[in-house]
Amino acid sequence: MMENTVAYNTKETTRNATQATSTVVINLKFLLAGIFFGFLLIKSEVISWFRIQEMFRFQSFHMFGIIGSAIMVGMISIFLIKKFNLKTINGEPIAIAPKKFNKGMIYGGLLFGFGWAITGACPGPLFAQIGSGATVVMITLLSAIAGTWTYGRFREKLPH
Amino acid sequence: MLEIIKQPWPWYVSGPLIGLMVPLLLLLGNKAFGISSSLRHVCAACFPANIPFFKYNWKQEVWNLFFVAGIAIGAFITWQWLFDYNSIHLNPKLLNELNSYGITDYKQVVPHELVNWQSLFTLKGFLCIIAGGFLIGFGTRYAGGCTSGHAISGLSNLQWPSLVATISFMTGGFVVANFILPVILKI
Repeated sequence: MMENTVAYNTKETTRNATQATSTVVINLKFLLAGIFFGFLLIKSEVISWFRIQEMFRFQSFHMFGIIGSAIMVGMISIFLIKKFNLKTINGEPIAIAPKKFNKGMIYGGLLFGFGWAITGACPGPLFAQIGSGATVVMITLLSAIAGTWTYGRFREKLPH
Repeated sequence: MLEIIKQPWPWYVSGPLIGLMVPLLLLLGNKAFGISSSLRHVCAACFPANIPFFKYNWKQEVWNLFFVAGIAIGAFITWQWLFDYNSIHLNPKLLNELNSYGITDYKQVVPHELVNWQSLFTLKGFLCIIAGGFLIGFGTRYAGGCTSGHAISGLSNLQWPSLVATISFMTGGFVVANFILPVILKI
């Protein structure tokens, strides 16, 4: 009886461990993609609080050039993916969910813009700033998580 | 040689590469390039509190958390060994203005005179670190995306709601950077 339980537990532990390993393996490519993006966020200086201030004061073309050219490349890529019916590396057809309009995009968009200008960061750069050693930005990130939670909590009461 | 590697990249090199994140994530596994969703997944995983908005299978979206962890690792490696911040060139007009608020060191990702652990307990620091962060998290979720999800992914896919969102981000940022932040920095 006891032996059986032990055997069962070992089996269960092995299965959990296998599952955890496979989650990591499956997602390793996204970790690598993230590392590449983090590299780009620094190389492009997008993580700089100062670059964001320049952008909102129209004192430099740098950020507009980055966002504009990123959109152009993204547009051409999606056009090609659709035109040639490209599949994912696992052979699934590529599907992109459309964005449905609601007024939250205006209200929330303005509020996010306020936060972007004050902190000099949007969500991606927050992670990159922490990685670059600005440890206090962890507090900004925790506060952003709290903001997301608060939105979820009061979602029904907000105009959309 | 190392000097060349460490240079920042001009916008016409780094911008298109950032744009390539859109097809890269689609081809790797049908994932939409977007970062603010990770904040929602953290809420769903750690503090769901029975809120319907956080009751979903976040484990299916765990790729997003791997992605943002990668951003921090990539930034760490690049900042440590592959970047020289001395070669950044900002508009002197901005530097003059910031000088008048006591911000003189622009060789960091954030102005450390303003954003540091001690300033957390001052009004200025509270506004720039805690209130600003809260607005990012609340606003992006309310808007259904951030710069990556709306401005880059959404516009790449010709979604007009994303254009509305992007214009709203820019309007909000313009107003605060030019009229509100100067007041905060004078505190």
